Amino acid sequence: MKKYWRRFKNSFFWFSFRRDPVAIASFSILVILAILSFSAPWIAPHDVYESSSIDIMNSELPPAWMEEGSSDYMLGTDIQGRDMLSAMLYGMRLSILIGLGAVCLQAVLGVLIGLIAGYVGGKVDSFLMRVADVQLSFSTLMVAIIISAIFQLAFGLAKYEDLAVPLLIVIIGLAEWPQYGRTVRASVLGEKKKEYVEAARVIGLPRWWIMFRHILPNTLSPVLVISTVQVANAIMSEAALSFLGLGMPVTKPSLGSLINSGFEYIFSGSWWITLFPGVLLVTLVVVINLLGDWVRDVLNPKLYKR
Amino acid sequence: MFAFVIRRIIQSLFVILVIGFIGFAIKHQIGDPVRDLVGISVSKAERDALREELGLNDPFMSQYVRFMKNAVRGDLGMSFFYKKPTLKVIVKKAPATLELVFVSSLIIIFLSIPAGVYAAIRPRSWLTRFIMGASIVGVSIPVFLTAILLIYVFSVELGWLPSYGRGATVSLWGWETGLLTIDGWKHLILPSIALSSIMLPLFIRLIRSEMMEVLQSEYVKYAWAKGLAPRRVYFVHAFKNTLLPVITVGGVQLGILIAYTILTETVFQWQGMGFMFLEAVERSDTTLLVAYMMVVGVVFVAVNTMVDIIYGLVNPTVRIAGRK
Repeated sequence: MKKYWRRFKNSFFWFSFRRDPVAIASFSILVILAILSFSAPWIAPHDVYESSSIDIMNSELPPAWMEEGSSDYMLGTDIQGRDMLSAMLYGMRLSILIGLGAVCLQAVLGVLIGLIAGYVGGKVDSFLMRVADVQLSFSTLMVAIIISAIFQLAFGLAKYEDLAVPLLIVIIGLAEWPQYGRTVRASVLGEKKKEYVEAARVIGLPRWWIMFRHILPNTLSPVLVISTVQVANAIMSEAALSFLGLGMPVTKPSLGSLINSGFEYIFSGSWWITLFPGVLLVTLVVVINLLGDWVRDVLNPKLYKR
Repeated sequence: MFAFVIRRIIQSLFVILVIGFIGFAIKHQIGDPVRDLVGISVSKAERDALREELGLNDPFMSQYVRFMKNAVRGDLGMSFFYKKPTLKVIVKKAPATLELVFVSSLIIIFLSIPAGVYAAIRPRSWLTRFIMGASIVGVSIPVFLTAILLIYVFSVELGWLPSYGRGATVSLWGWETGLLTIDGWKHLILPSIALSSIMLPLFIRLIRSEMMEVLQSEYVKYAWAKGLAPRRVYFVHAFKNTLLPVITVGGVQLGILIAYTILTETVFQWQGMGFMFLEAVERSDTTLLVAYMMVVGVVFVAVNTMVDIIYGLVNPTVRIAGRK
């Protein structure tokens, strides 16, 4: 354990992290946000899932520092009388959870398909990559919107809202796997020709063993590079779907559905229901994107221009 | 070249067939054409008779073939809510969306080219840093949030611009346009800014990186060595050669704008195709949903094929590499 720690401390990764104030700042903000959101059940002043703690009389209270604001509700309340701060903490937890889940799913799908396409080649390769091309040309958002619309019709609204978290993970995962598929395939094509693969083939190792134990580890650094940005993309997609009413229901709001529920009341001047979740969402995504830019520069300077 | 074009067209026809297959499968599994026709107050025996008559008990594949045959003739079924052919509903809504996309792409083109070129020519100036920093933040702000903030500032607080709808439109040979009235333009400003905000950072970064690469090339160095005026080097020698990748990537990205119109149109209640699509989902209007999917699919495929062919025309290496 100590050995690994020393190795990490002497690595270029750690060195360039320490020298980059933007990376340090965004990493610390991200960690703080993640800790805050996952400890929401303990630190949030109110439990937003408990309907008995919500009083409709408290609806649309402005933030505490404004007139009419109550010190009980620091960032005000939404239209149902929920505490905004608590709702945002719980919502961010859902957003991060769905983002991470979707990225895991799309990484598994994409890596698997990319490996097979790159290593097997031929007809399989051109078929799988055509599918990826077509899906990408439709834009991931469009694909996600259409799949979620179909799911909502197929399951019915009530059941869809019950299963919203796993369904959203599946939807976003299905919509965004081509990013991984293409990246992995490209690096598999590069690795396939190298001598160590040839050697492995000569000593008669089975195909899947070469694919997973020899080639896969060498394709992981581009996967790590795109993963950071993909988390941000998945969180954005989730927010967009929830905003359209195709994602998390209002009873279990994510940041996107909070923005959606506040939007109608912006005309009556209740800006805080929309603005606070919006700022939180943007902060989260900006921080992840900045971190992603930094990871890309450190791990793979060749990938920089694309 | 001819073979290349033919192959691309065959490929795209195949993609359209697959989209049609998915669309039909959805309709087959979820939709209920009998309900769409007669509502729910008709007895079961009559419904069964109607089912048989409509051919809904035929095998899946023969129904699919019939669906595609009708689709080619422009018949994508009746909308349950509008009681009209779906294609007519979509064609009626299309001008609103197309005008929105058109104005947004104008904004993108006229802002991103100067900003991107400037950022490439003066990479160290504070304005470039500001542009690049703003573009990272811009990429991270969801388009619906931009739209809501614009509404809050310019409609609710300042009261300068309207917040929803298209305003007064003029009918121009059946094309309902808002581009000819002042009221229509006023309604267009906020939605088109919101829509362009998502693509603007991407375009600025794309133009900047392409331009920077060209500025490193030998012929630009040669042009400097000849003592040409900076303006001539930047715009005639360098900028012209960044246009090719920008046009090809840009063409695809402008197609993708259609996906984002769903979000902008929802916020601004813009009576276009995206707004109609979401209404169709809420009303479980499966036929209309599938028709929208097919139309948008064909648009995407057409745009992509065209971009590919143009790219092949200008850059012969693509044609040869594609042949294998």
